[in-house]
This record gives sequence, C-alpha cells and structure tokens, in this order.
Amino acid sequence: MLIRKPGDILPSDITPPEIYRERRRFMRGIGALAAGAVLGAVPDAQAGAKLAGIRASTYRLDDEKTSFKDATTYNNFYEFGTGKADPAANAGSLKTRPWTVTVEGEVSHPKTYDIDALLKLAPLEERVYRLRCVEGWSMVIPWVGFPLHEIIRRAAPTGNARYVEFVTLNDPRQMPGQRSRVLDWPYVEGLRMDEAMHPLTLLAVGMYGEVLPNQNGAPIRLVVPWKYGFKSAKSIVRIRFVEKQPLTAWMRATPSEYGFYSNVNPEVDHPRWSQARERRIGEFFKRETLMFNGYGSQVAQMYRGMDLKKYF
Amino acid sequence: MAATLRNPKVWIFGLCLFPLARLIVLGGSGGLGANPIEFITHSTGTWTLIGLMVTLSVTPLRRLTGRAELVRYRRMLGLFTFFYASLHFVTYVWLDQFFDPAAIAKDIIKRPFITIGFAAFVLLIPLAATSTHAMMRRLGRRWQQLHRLVYLVAILGVIHYMWLVKKDLTQPLIYGAVLALLMIMRLPWGVMLLQSVRSRFVPARF
Repeated sequence: MLIRKPGDILPSDITPPEIYRERRRFMRGIGALAAGAVLGAVPDAQAGAKLAGIRASTYRLDDEKTSFKDATTYNNFYEFGTGKADPAANAGSLKTRPWTVTVEGEVSHPKTYDIDALLKLAPLEERVYRLRCVEGWSMVIPWVGFPLHEIIRRAAPTGNARYVEFVTLNDPRQMPGQRSRVLDWPYVEGLRMDEAMHPLTLLAVGMYGEVLPNQNGAPIRLVVPWKYGFKSAKSIVRIRFVEKQPLTAWMRATPSEYGFYSNVNPEVDHPRWSQARERRIGEFFKRETLMFNGYGSQVAQMYRGMDLKKYF
Repeated sequence: MAATLRNPKVWIFGLCLFPLARLIVLGGSGGLGANPIEFITHSTGTWTLIGLMVTLSVTPLRRLTGRAELVRYRRMLGLFTFFYASLHFVTYVWLDQFFDPAAIAKDIIKRPFITIGFAAFVLLIPLAATSTHAMMRRLGRRWQQLHRLVYLVAILGVIHYMWLVKKDLTQPLIYGAVLALLMIMRLPWGVMLLQSVRSRFVPARF
C-alpha cells in the first residue's frame, strides 16, 4: 500500500518556528539525553520530556502543523471539564505512573502491560495526521506512537473477536470532570476489527516529539484520523476484544446524534449543524471537509456497500 | 465635569462597554485562544443574554426597592443588549460564514438553533427602533404591547443557547432559571411578594 502523498514541499520546509525552538532546547539538553539513550532508558515519564529514538515515518502531510500551544490548550477531554481550556487547566492531577493497560476478552494471550513496557513494545514513529472534531474545527498534529495492530497481533484475537473496545481511566480524584454526570463514565469507545487492524490506526504516546501532555490523553491514547476526534479514546486503561458492537459513551449519551462509525463525512450532517466545512485552527477562512478526513483512498474500501447515512 | 461623573448613566454606559473593551484588549494581545472567532461568537452571545436578563430585572428591582427612577436606565441597558446582539450577528455573518448568503440561508432554514437565534435578533430590531421618546409618545399604549416582545426574545435566546451546546446544559439552564425567576416576579403573586418584602425591609422614603 502506498501511503505517502507526494508533494512539492518537503516536510522540513514547513516546520513551524516552535519546533525550531524546541530543537535548540533539545541541543542544550543533549548531554543528559544522550546519557539516557546510551542506557536505553525512556528519558522521563513526564509530559514535556523529549522522546528518544523516534523514527521518521512516511505518514506526512503538506498541511501546516497546528502550533503546539493551540494543540495543548484547546481540547475536548470531558474528564477534566467541558470547556476547551479546562483540560489544560485541570489535567495536572492525572498521575501517569504507575499505569497499566489491560488487553483482554476474546484473545489467546490476554496481558496487562506496564506503560513503560508498552513504550518499548514497538519502534516509536512520528506521524502527521489531520484531526477533525465533530464540532467543526480541525488541527494537524505530529503524533508519536506505533500502530495498534502491534498490540493486536501479540494478543492473538480469537475467531469471536469482531470489535475492539477502549476504556479510559475512571477515577474522579484524578479526573475532576468525572464528578459531573455529563457522560456515563468511564468513557468507552470502539472500533470494528478491520478498523483496529488498519495501518493508519495509531496508539500515540507523544506529540511534537514529546511525551503526551496529560490534557491530550497521556500516557497512551488512540488516534484514528479518518474518524471524528471523539473516537480517539484518551488515557486508555483497557483494550477489550468483543463479539458484539460496543456501546460507546457518546452513543449512550445521545444515540440520535452519535453513531458507532462516526467517520468524517461532509455529506452527513450532525443533526444540529453542518459537517460540510471546518475551521482549521489558526486559519481565518473555513475549508471544505474532506471525505474520511482525506484518508478515503486508504480506508473507503472498508465501508464499501454500507449506507453511510444510516451507519453514521 | 463633576456633575457628569455624578450621573449614574455615565457609569452604566462605561460599564456596558466593558465586554467590548475586553474583546479588543484580548484580541490585541493574542488572548482570544486557539479559536478566536468561536471566542468572539460565544462572548457576544453571552453578553447579549446577560443584557437581556439585566434589562428584565429593572422592573422587579424597582418594585423591590421602590425606586421608580431605575426605569430611566432601562432604555440604555436595552440598547446595549441590542448592540451586543448585533455584534453577535455580525460575527456570525462576517467572521464565521464570511458573507456566504447560500450558506447563511441554509443555516437559518436547516439549523433550529440558528433559526431561533435569528428570529430573536429580528424581533429585537423593532424594539430598538421604537426606543425613542418620540416613538413612545406616538405609539402610546401600543408601545408597551410591542415591547412585551422582549419576553419572547429572552425565551428564544435561552433556547438558542440550549440547542447549540453539545452536551453540558449547565450554563443554558442557569440562564433559563434566572429568566424563569424574572418572569415569576412579574406575575401577580410575584409582584405581591416583591411589595411585601419591600414593606418589611425597605423603610418608606419621605
């Protein structure tokens, strides 16, 4: 499968200035980091720490990246409040160590991974993806992680495994937004098996070359770039393989507005607003929303023959 | 100068300009966040709702305190509400939709929360247009009947807010509760309550 979208502009030509600044910061701290790399250690678990040994990937975009500041201060993460600035303000109470992720259900090899073991499960690579929120705004984010199929392969799903369910941490002491009943906690999301196995589906542990900030779903989150942002579950503690289609948090909350698939689709409106266009954060004019968020050539075949108005 | 500063109208006028001044200062210093257009839309919408609530609280406050002169500030509060509603509307037409008549027409017809918000704005226009003393005299009794439309505008405004939020209804419900209270205070029972509170706690003025 040819993933790379050739373009005249090299990724290096569009690197935003904050990345350059981060590089300078990186150079200053190079001694300490080099020592860590030699010992093969993950430098530091804390958000903001540089992730070592990231491979470049072929998943690149010509689109200009969203600034690190915007991507880390304008978030939907209801576990920390429903306002866009709430996650950045409140996510400090989330403890990402110790942290385990349990892989269970219809698998031959169920396992509970320690987060630091999970970070070494597969080589980390950087992938620049579009992110389209169901609310009508979008970003372009350089994620760091590995494909979800790396975990699935090791778990060896049984013939009964048709769907994968993702569960976010449920702890109101660490996640103050969970004291409100705005959603039925814990947050649950799900993918069909073929969607979960798709090479685009990423488990992210970092962004912009750094450990994932808490407000962006630390220590580990899903990134499914052809679906609306809420499908990409954050701060995951459980990955469960199941036979029946999971009932996701948003389907439970408002079944008439949020379906299981939630593929980005400019032709199927949200019942209360249009999905035809989006505002890319940092841009003035709205832009046309792309079918499957621009990943149609890679994912459309999974939905061939399905009525996407019915399976929204 | 001193006489001007003693006039409460001057102070209220200045206070009513605060939301606009805040947007200008934040805009100039990059403080509008990652999605400035959304920030401006929400801010002007919120201040329109607050303006409606403050304007509608003049009459209950007058009954509660017995200060008939409060009604003198009502027109200015109402006109500032219309000012922020206009900014809200212009933000939508200009910054959000960038004067795309087809997109705006489709939005107004297809999106119930836009339909309701647009209706509320249209209904405010005759109220602002008939706010002068000359119009009050010309319309006589009918002026008051016309201006009762503000109750409908406030109800539509709260529904507009309720229908646009994704999930968390806390804020729109707070505005709904305040509006319900202000409406109850206009019912015969509410008027009696306000007057009995006044006679008990507020000394008669001679």
